[in-house]
Amino acid sequence: MTETIGLWVAALFTIGIYSFLYKENPLYRLSEHLVVGISTGFGIAVTYAQVLKPKLIEPILSGEPNAWLLFVPAILGILYITRFFPSVGWLSRYPMAFLMGAGMGIGFPLQMKAQVLRQLEASLIPLYETGMSWDIALGNVVMVLGTLAALIYFFFSKPHKGPFFGTGSKIGIWVIMVGFGATFGFTVMGRISLLIGRIQFLLGDWLHIIK
Amino acid sequence: MKRSIPLAIVMVGGILFIIQYFIPHQHSQTLFDYYTEWAPIVGAFALVLGVGSLSRLHSHKIKRKAKNWQYSYAVLIPLFLVPFFALIMPESLGGGMLETMGGARTTQGVFDFTYMNIQVPIQATMFSLLAFYIASAAFRAFRAKSALATVLLLAAIIVMLGQVPIGELLGKWFPKVGLWILRYPNLGAKRAIALGVGFGMLATQLKIIFGVERNWLGGAGE
Repeated sequence: MTETIGLWVAALFTIGIYSFLYKENPLYRLSEHLVVGISTGFGIAVTYAQVLKPKLIEPILSGEPNAWLLFVPAILGILYITRFFPSVGWLSRYPMAFLMGAGMGIGFPLQMKAQVLRQLEASLIPLYETGMSWDIALGNVVMVLGTLAALIYFFFSKPHKGPFFGTGSKIGIWVIMVGFGATFGFTVMGRISLLIGRIQFLLGDWLHIIK
Repeated sequence: MKRSIPLAIVMVGGILFIIQYFIPHQHSQTLFDYYTEWAPIVGAFALVLGVGSLSRLHSHKIKRKAKNWQYSYAVLIPLFLVPFFALIMPESLGGGMLETMGGARTTQGVFDFTYMNIQVPIQATMFSLLAFYIASAAFRAFRAKSALATVLLLAAIIVMLGQVPIGELLGKWFPKVGLWILRYPNLGAKRAIALGVGFGMLATQLKIIFGVERNWLGGAGE
């Protein structure tokens, strides 16, 4: 019984969201507001169950050694709430500063490693090796030169003129367009497969028209 | 006090943790462990701020009987009911998923029901709704008005056809070429963008650490 009601409720909201394709209507607005409320409510439940309860409340209540130190993040966290009171709202900058400063410090070397050094390292590859098929060798050339050309395109400190910056940026935009095309194609595929999933739910699980 | 101390905390914390990365000592690791333990706790309280703002906004709407005020109940009621049901049935919090044992549901209740039959279908449908809009966007983007737009169009078509069975029916080379585009020119473009983003993020992080970028302070008192 519960499952049948659940199916009908899910179908109702699925149709409610699709009804937006015609025009905005009360059912769509209800679904839109519900999803905000439920997802935030879910966020509260998960944050309490997975962060505050095991990492703050339980260690303090069970009197773990050094648990008193946990009052420091708790007090810092409570300072966020001062944002609601304009006269002391500036106190909310303290927890933000704590998270921002240490977060930036921890992130800096990791970012340098993952986003810069690893990317550079992966681009410095032999273009051809004995036994390598022609399509891989061509791909390596396209990838290495493409990365360099696209970087030149994004380098705005020099005018895009001359044999290096001019030609480089022109090749760069072609490579970027191929990349954007591939990404766009992938996104379209992802959305279409989600649409197929919802239609399968409506016609299969709900109406049993298809199997 | 209002601006200088937070800026100093950011600078000291930032420099300290950059240095910490390069000093693999036990004390340095203890410092790092404290931060990783404390940061989620501090961050969790930010949710109070978000929930407070959302509740205030919608309760004001109801009070003032603003346009479409009735829908504010659809935000406020689940906002408080969902955590309530999750608290009285903590076993159902395993990602909101139904746990089954021998085909029978072991966790039932309002929390699961709300999550599985309202939240999941609405979110999936909202994302699938984009298929219709992306189709019209694709039509506009894919009109081969210039050589560059033609390249974009061709790359997208080959990649799409390379992923579906009909592509292989049209030509055996479709999947291979699609994969080649994804592996090489696409990777070249992505890598350049990743490097650009990486350098940008590093510069922004340094600007925040050294107090050049101060927008995060907001406007709560000067």
